[in-house]
Amino acid sequence: MAQTLSDSELVARCRSGDQQAWAELVDRFSRYVYAISVQAFRLSDADAEDVFQEVFARAYEHLDGLRDDAAVRPWLAQLTRRLCIDRLRATSRERPTTDEDLELAGSEETLTMLEDALTVHEALAATPEHCREILDRFFARDESYRTIGEALDLPAGTIASRISRCLGRLREFLEGRTQPDPPSSSR
Amino acid sequence: MTAFDEERLARLIRALPPAPEAWVRAAQELPLAKAGLDEIVARAEADAHFRARLLADLESALEAEGYERDPAVIEALKVRLKSK
Repeated sequence: MAQTLSDSELVARCRSGDQQAWAELVDRFSRYVYAISVQAFRLSDADAEDVFQEVFARAYEHLDGLRDDAAVRPWLAQLTRRLCIDRLRATSRERPTTDEDLELAGSEETLTMLEDALTVHEALAATPEHCREILDRFFARDESYRTIGEALDLPAGTIASRISRCLGRLREFLEGRTQPDPPSSSR
Repeated sequence: MTAFDEERLARLIRALPPAPEAWVRAAQELPLAKAGLDEIVARAEADAHFRARLLADLESALEAEGYERDPAVIEALKVRLKSK
């Protein structure tokens, strides 16, 4: 999850046909696109999968039309929101949905929270690997202490304290009190 | 984003679980599928009957022609055919 390239550098590489860069771009934004469709718009798994693939298919197809490479994040968010709304409209034709339901879908509050979540995940990617891994496993992947202990070869008793220390480190980083570690080439 | 407390950070990390691995892989493989896509699009441009079949029922038409039913390819193809 370490990020070595800025968004604009990554987009530039994708545009030049770098397949690794494309894989990195998908990896970087996959959680965000997924979360918008299932959390903000509450799409079913099948609809969310269609939207997910269509977002990246359109992004791949229209990357040349992106005016500001650094704006890939809001561009993908906007594309995802538009496709989710299209999907909800299509579903409401088959299974009538009230206007209120459509208005509630994609609430600004949830979308803002997901933007903040992506900012935190980007910061997480700049923390040392042991912090990145344990925080992601515990919070985002919802793994138990036991599973984490087995995977990382850590005694279960030390996991809680490590999580707490790593959260503190992440907080310091986000508040600008510490610098990130030098970029690593691994994710 | 302004205030950080550890409880909020935990909530925000939790808010972005990984997308299903197969979805991510399919999207990452789009460039590899592009060669196949170009071939299908070129054929649709040259063969009006094939194009009509694709527009009527994309998945069935691809399957009938022996193309793999990769969701990422299908979505990419929908975008390409719509823009033509």
